[in-house]
Amino acid sequence: MTDALTPEIAAPPPGPMKRFVQSDLFYSFRRSKLTMVAAAITVLFFLVAIFAPLLAVQNPFDPAQLQLMNSRIPPLWSADGQSPFLLGTDEQGRDVLSAILYGLRISLTVGVLGVLFASTLGISLGLTAGYFGGIVDGLIMRVADVQLTFPAILIALLIDGVVKSVFGNQLDAGSTLAVLVVAIGLSFWVQYARTVRSSVMVEKNKDYVAAAQLIGLPAPVIMLRHVLPNAMGPILVIATINLALAVITEATLSFLGSGMPDTMPSLGTLIRIGNNYLFSGEWWIVAFPGIALAGLILAINLLGDWLRDALNPKLR
Amino acid sequence: MIAFALRRAIQAIGVMLAVGVIAFSMFRFAGDPVSQIVSIDTPAAERAQVRKSLGLDDPILVQFGRYFANAAQFKFGVSYQFRQPVSSLLEERMPATLELATCATIFALIFGILMGVYSALRRDSVLAKLFQAISLIGISLPTFLIGILLIYLFAVILGWLPSYGRGDVVRIGWWTTGLLTASGLKALIMPAITLGLFQMTLIMRLVRAEMLEVLRTDYIRFARARGLTTRAIHFGHALKNTLVPVITVAGLQFGSVIAFAIITETVFQWPGMGLLFVQAIQNVDIPIMAAYLLVVSMIFVTINLVVDILYTVVDPRLRSTISRAS
Amino acid sequence: MTEPVLSVQNLRVEFATRRGVLRAIDDISFDIAEGEVLGVVGESGAGKSVTGNAVIGLIDPPGRIAGGEILLAGRRIDNLPAEEMRRIRGKRIGMIFQDPLTSLNPLYKIGEQIVETIRTHSSLSESAARKRAIELLTEVGIPAPEKRIDSYPHEFSGGMRQRVVIALAICADPELIIADEPTTALDVSVQAQIISLIRRLGRDHGTAVMLVTHDMGVIAETCDRVAVMYSGRIAEIGPVQDVIRNPLHPYAKGLMGAIPTLAIEADRLVQIPGSMPRLSAIPPGCAFNPRCASAFDRCRVERPEPIVCGEQRVACHLYDGDSAAKDHAA
Repeated sequence: MTDALTPEIAAPPPGPMKRFVQSDLFYSFRRSKLTMVAAAITVLFFLVAIFAPLLAVQNPFDPAQLQLMNSRIPPLWSADGQSPFLLGTDEQGRDVLSAILYGLRISLTVGVLGVLFASTLGISLGLTAGYFGGIVDGLIMRVADVQLTFPAILIALLIDGVVKSVFGNQLDAGSTLAVLVVAIGLSFWVQYARTVRSSVMVEKNKDYVAAAQLIGLPAPVIMLRHVLPNAMGPILVIATINLALAVITEATLSFLGSGMPDTMPSLGTLIRIGNNYLFSGEWWIVAFPGIALAGLILAINLLGDWLRDALNPKLR
Repeated sequence: MIAFALRRAIQAIGVMLAVGVIAFSMFRFAGDPVSQIVSIDTPAAERAQVRKSLGLDDPILVQFGRYFANAAQFKFGVSYQFRQPVSSLLEERMPATLELATCATIFALIFGILMGVYSALRRDSVLAKLFQAISLIGISLPTFLIGILLIYLFAVILGWLPSYGRGDVVRIGWWTTGLLTASGLKALIMPAITLGLFQMTLIMRLVRAEMLEVLRTDYIRFARARGLTTRAIHFGHALKNTLVPVITVAGLQFGSVIAFAIITETVFQWPGMGLLFVQAIQNVDIPIMAAYLLVVSMIFVTINLVVDILYTVVDPRLRSTISRAS
Repeated sequence: MTEPVLSVQNLRVEFATRRGVLRAIDDISFDIAEGEVLGVVGESGAGKSVTGNAVIGLIDPPGRIAGGEILLAGRRIDNLPAEEMRRIRGKRIGMIFQDPLTSLNPLYKIGEQIVETIRTHSSLSESAARKRAIELLTEVGIPAPEKRIDSYPHEFSGGMRQRVVIALAICADPELIIADEPTTALDVSVQAQIISLIRRLGRDHGTAVMLVTHDMGVIAETCDRVAVMYSGRIAEIGPVQDVIRNPLHPYAKGLMGAIPTLAIEADRLVQIPGSMPRLSAIPPGCAFNPRCASAFDRCRVERPEPIVCGEQRVACHLYDGDSAAKDHAA
């Protein structure tokens, strides 16, 4: 327990998180109906993704459960609709709703892991750069500058391309997922690093950090326990907005054919597959995954927008 | 001023060198270039021969120097898929991408500024709220979904616009343009809107925020205290001050537009560099990937440089700070 | 007696906020005659600048004029339509802001800004307006105005920029100039020049001047009359010599005691203990009572109304018809 080692004078001011929840954050949350709806939708998306196996009528990843005679059935409410395929089926007889539920799982898994990876990487690099300064700082920040001039999607595509050329085109679905997480993480770390770095720059000269140094706490402890909590507010905002971006990026990569394969489709993959049937009139194969994706991103973005405004009233 | 431009140019060259290293590493180390050229049953001796003729036995630095020198002359090697020089492939595809990106940017600028100014000045009007909603949707809908939606509406259901390709193009020198034919213009509409929509929402949000910020400044208050007309204050003073950062961002964004064209070009099968790049990734065509990276970076860096210099021309304050500093 | 250029009667300004309505200006009245300089003095937040903004019609929402009248040359202007009020701004009332560094649009040459203002308020041609602009720059003491007219604001020093701002304020020959802390942002060495420039212009053109400041020294040197503001009210108003030599209101006394040059004979500078209450926490009765050494029971419950004492007018229960109290206080 390091708690006992930390004298009272070295205690940092209460974390911004705690203060926000106690005061204005909850106030503005309860005042904004739109935000509450967005939060509810986001939670709903996460829940159906987690419980997809219980909700879906079939496992769309399991070829044994798909029957070709069930292919291209329109949604239930149209004349040719068939139970239990609420949103219809695709070319291979895959239930669209089940595919969406499982696809949502993949999309959210990649999104959340990607954001976690990006934030961990960015926070560590930002802490290192800010705390040590000098050459380390210069090096990390120059890389960040250069990377920031390129859009994340381009970087993610390149990483994907490089991995493909190293390992050949034959990656299994699980490894592809890992590659996507890494590609997204490497594309989005810069913002975290910059935010954390500037926060460290501000905090590191304050008395409580000096006090912590005086009593001999090692640098990583000081940074993690005392400096980092002060940057949590902005990090949370970035992470929320980045989750939407990460889901978009994954969907885009999958749509371009560089992401999840047809055998384990994410929402982006489903849209790519469905796009081929647009002209032959099977609109539901692309429409419902598209709506699910758009709804998910919109809800997360609304949350992120609100969070940003609530934490930074000046921007309103 | 010149010293400033020079310093920026040196920075730009630094970035290009860094990108060059990455492109070269991809070219050289990601997969064996030899095995891409020879067939599986080529004897080892012959492989060594090829290896030598490609200069792959030379010291790495020599190879890098050679790669860079070639790249500077737009020689990027031969595509694995097409068995054609990459430079001629890019040359063929570049006009399509640049035309698309330019039209998308113009579309984004015009509508973004109009909507942004309106929603800053009539902050609480219904239309301004609608614009805000559109901007949120514009940011939330992935580009490819917007493209699919437009295709479904205007190509599949209404049949007004073509769903893919560039239409008829006219050749002017090595440049090909779709701007001079009716079918070319029709083919351009949906891709340009799809590509420009995200930038439009970005510009709109930026214009709105900047304008609100400017309207709060002392010099706007003073302009009001001087009894200037609302028109003069809004469109003479506030708009001009708003547009300085907006132009910068829009300029910097042009690079992103070219990069995002990858997606739009895939959706609409637009025969540009982006489509070439996506196909190259799927087929592990490293020379094209490396060349695309270099060309796009070149465009990025050039734009950054031009915008930086333009910025100082637009803003008199910077002009004199810089000349004083140098 | 001729009509005052500016007459403010029972003015009230309120700001609606999340925590309720705040009264920034509470029932103030004063006049400024032609050629007269009225100083308005008080701590930050006392309502000095809000008064100036109210007169020129630049109170932004959520603020609003909640009561009273503002008359310019006998005509009410506080209830004019926006467009008519705009025509008065810059033409009949000129305004000088605190910070010359931010008052000018950085992207326009100063000549462009002056010509623009002149042409808004007159039918002069472009070239005639430019000639007038050069005259104005000469009048406010900008050297080589023919050359400097094509400079950008950032090419001027702070003092020179404030001169440009003054030229802009007087370019339509207004009847009234409101100068809102015109020297606060300037170097001490430049302050005196700007103050004497404003005073000279006022005298030469017969312009009434409302000089908002928190600097009693400036008031003493420049003004004919002075109004001392506290918590949105006028504590005391009167001829500047009277108020300085014989301040009546306990707050004014404290303020005069705090001027180094005037308190030279005193053993030490007098300090007023405590600080002005925030608008959201104004005590009942006299707003000054918690800090006032002479406060008595009545001060804590009843708000003092202005009482005429000779040339001065003071809002203090000490002088309420009871000359004994006045003697006692003096």
